[in-house]
Amino acid sequence: MAALTRKETMAQQRRAQAAERLAAMAVPAVSSWSKAPRDAARARLLDMGLPHRRDEYWKYTDPTSLAQPEPVEAATFDPQETLIFAQHERLHLVFSDGVFDAEASDPLEGEGIEIARLAEAETADIHWAQDLYGTLEARGQQPVNRPLAALNSALAQDGVLIRVTGQVERPVHITYLRRDTASDVILHHVVKVEPGAKITLLENGPAAARLNTCLEVDVADGAAFHHIRAQGRDHERRAACHMFARLGEKSVFKSFTLTVNGVLTRNEAVIEFTGDDAVAHIAGAALGEGDYLHDDTVFITHDAVNCESRQVFKKVLRKGARGVFQGKILVKDGAQKTDGYQLSQALLLDDDAEFDAKPELEIYADDVACSHGSTTGAIDEEALFYLLSRGISKGEAGNLLVLAFLAEAIEEIEDDELASEITERLSGWLSRHSKD
Amino acid sequence: MLEIKNLHVKLEEEDKQILKGVDLTVETGKVHAIMGPNGSGKSTLSYVLSGRDGYVVTEGSAELEGKDLLEMETEERASEGLFLAFQYPVEIPGVSNMTFLRTAVNSQRKARGEEEMSAGDFLKLVRERAKSLKIDADMLKRPVNMGFSGGEKKRNEILQMAMLEPKMCILDETDSGLDVDAMKLVAEGVNALRNEGRSFLVITHYQRLLNHIKPDVVHIMADGRIVKTGGPELALEVEENGYADILAEAV
Ligand SMILES: Nc1ncnc2c1ncn2[C@@H]1O[C@H](COP(=O)(O)OP(=O)(O)OP(=O)(O)O)[C@@H](O)[C@H]1O
Ligand SMILES: [Mg+2]
Repeated sequence: MAALTRKETMAQQRRAQAAERLAAMAVPAVSSWSKAPRDAARARLLDMGLPHRRDEYWKYTDPTSLAQPEPVEAATFDPQETLIFAQHERLHLVFSDGVFDAEASDPLEGEGIEIARLAEAETADIHWAQDLYGTLEARGQQPVNRPLAALNSALAQDGVLIRVTGQVERPVHITYLRRDTASDVILHHVVKVEPGAKITLLENGPAAARLNTCLEVDVADGAAFHHIRAQGRDHERRAACHMFARLGEKSVFKSFTLTVNGVLTRNEAVIEFTGDDAVAHIAGAALGEGDYLHDDTVFITHDAVNCESRQVFKKVLRKGARGVFQGKILVKDGAQKTDGYQLSQALLLDDDAEFDAKPELEIYADDVACSHGSTTGAIDEEALFYLLSRGISKGEAGNLLVLAFLAEAIEEIEDDELASEITERLSGWLSRHSKD
Repeated sequence: MLEIKNLHVKLEEEDKQILKGVDLTVETGKVHAIMGPNGSGKSTLSYVLSGRDGYVVTEGSAELEGKDLLEMETEERASEGLFLAFQYPVEIPGVSNMTFLRTAVNSQRKARGEEEMSAGDFLKLVRERAKSLKIDADMLKRPVNMGFSGGEKKRNEILQMAMLEPKMCILDETDSGLDVDAMKLVAEGVNALRNEGRSFLVITHYQRLLNHIKPDVVHIMADGRIVKTGGPELALEVEENGYADILAEAV
C-alpha cells in the first residue's frame, strides 16, 4: 500500500514538474494547424511527467539539467564552428541561439524541394506538415516514454519543414550558432521525402547552452535520406536530440553523428520500418574527456519484411568522461528476413573513463539474422609498440589507433568528402588533446 | 655501430632472468647472424634493444653509435636508425599500410630535423620499393598486416625497412614461414640495402638464409648468452650437427 502511494505521489510530482517546465517557457502563439499537435504533445507530456534519473531509461544519464525549468549556463567556445561543411555546394540555413537568421541564410528555395520555417509555416496551410508534425514523435512514445521529445513538440520555437520531391544533389545544411551563455532552445524539424526522392541534411554547431531538438523524418517508398551531424564543440553545452524516422518500402535512411565535447549529450534515435526491403544505418563517433557524458539511445522497430538495420557507435573517452549506449532492435511478428546489426564500442584511454552499454534484441519472427556486440577496451599495447618501433611518436601513434578504432563508424558516411571533413575534425581534436 | 656489453635482462612481471650477460659488437657495414636454440633469448634481445615494455635491464649496456640506447624511448631509437623486423609482425585494423608507412617515414624525418617527404615523392618511392618485393597496390591499401599471409607479413617488414633506411637492422627470423621464392625476394631486398654505413643483425634458425645474405660473423646464443662466435662456417656446422657439440663445448 505504502509503495503504491509513493508511486502515486511521484507521478503527481512529475506532472507538477512537467507543468512547471511548460510554464517556464513561452508558448509560441499559434492559432493554426500546429495548435492541435502541440496541444496533444502537451497533454502527452503532462501525462508522462518529466524524466527522472530513477527511470529505467535514464539509468545511466541524469536528465535533471535537461528537464529542469531553469535554464542552464554554458560558456561559448567555438569560433570555428561555421567552417565545417562550408566548402560544399549547399542550401545553407543559419540559426543563432535558436533564432532563424534570414540574412545569413540562403533563400528558402531549391529545385526538387519545398522548404519553410516552422515559425512562419504555422500560419500557412501546409497539409503535408500538418500530417507529420508531432506524429512520428507520438508514435515513438511507445513502448518507451520520451517526455523531452513531447516537450519539444509542444514548445518548439522554430525549425524547418522540408518536403523533398526530387533527387536533390545539393544538401540542406543547417548551422546552429550561439552567442548567448544561457540560451535555452527548442527546435523541431520535419522532413518528408516523397517517393523516389533523395536529400542530404547536414547539421552542425552548438545551438544553445541547452538544446532540445526533434527531427521527424518520413522517408517514403524508394526515397533516400542521408544525414550527417557534427554536434557543437562548446564544452559546457547540453543537448537532448531526438530523431524519429519512418521508413517506407525500399527506402534508405543513413545518419551519422559526430560529437566532440559538450558536457551532456543524449541522442535518441527511433526508427521504424513500415515498408519492406528498406535500409537504415545509424552511426556515431563520440570523443570526450573530463566532464563529458555522451549517451546514444536507439530504438529500431522492424515491422516489415527483408529490412536491414545497422548501428555502429564508437566512443573514445578519457579523464573521467562517460559513455552510454542503449540500443534495442525489436523485430515484430512477421518481420521475416530481418537483418539487424548493432555494434557499440568504447575505447577508454585511461582508467577514469567509463562506458555503460545496454544492448537489447527482442525478436518475434523466426527467420531473422540479428547480432549485437558491445565492447570496452583500451589501446592495444602490441599495436602501439609496433608503431613506436617505426619511429612514430607516442601522441601520433595513439591518435592513429584512435582513428582506426573510429573508422568503422566513419565508413558509414557514404560521401568521401564529407567523411574526410569529419575525420579532419576528429584529427584536430586528437592533436589538440594528445599533448598533455 | 651496435655495442652490447654484459647485458642482463629479467622480466618485469616475474623474477625470471632471460638474458644473462650478452656481449656483442656489430661493426658498421657488417652483417652478423645469431643462431641458437628456441627460447635462448634471441627475440628478447631484439625487443630489449628496441625498448619494449615488460623487461628490466639489471646490468650491462647497449649503445648505438656511441649513444646509450637503453636511455631512449622506443620511437627515439627508431629515429636514431634502429630497426627491428618482427618475428611476429603485428596486425593493426583500421590503419592502412600506406598511412602507416608515410607516418613512420615523416615522423623519423621530423625527429631528425629533416623536411617531410612530399606525398608525391613518397608515393613514387613506396611503389618502386613495394614492386621489387612483389607487394601489390592492394596490400599497400589494406590495414597493416591484416589478412596478410605469413610470407606477406615478412615481406612487409622488409618494405618498412627499405622505406625507413635504418642504420642498424635487426631481422628476427624474417625467413621463417617463407617459401623458397619469397626467401630470395627478402634476401634480395636486404642485400639491396647493404652498404658500408649500414649494419645487420640477422636472427635465424637456418643456414639457408645465410646462403643468400652472406654474414661476416656468426654468433651462437644459448641460455641468454653468446656462447660462440665465428665465421660463416659456424652456421654450416650448426646445420650439420645441431647445437649439442657447441653447447657442450661452451660449458
Ligand atoms: N613476457 C614473457 N613472459 C614469460 N616468459 C618470457 C617472456 N618473454 C620471454 N620469455 C621467455 O624467455 C625465453 C626467451 O624467449 P625468446 O622469445 O627471446 O627466445 P628466442 O630465442 O627468440 O626463441 P625462438 O627461437 O623460439 O624464437 C623463453 O623461455 C621465453 O619463454
Ligand atoms: Mg624468437
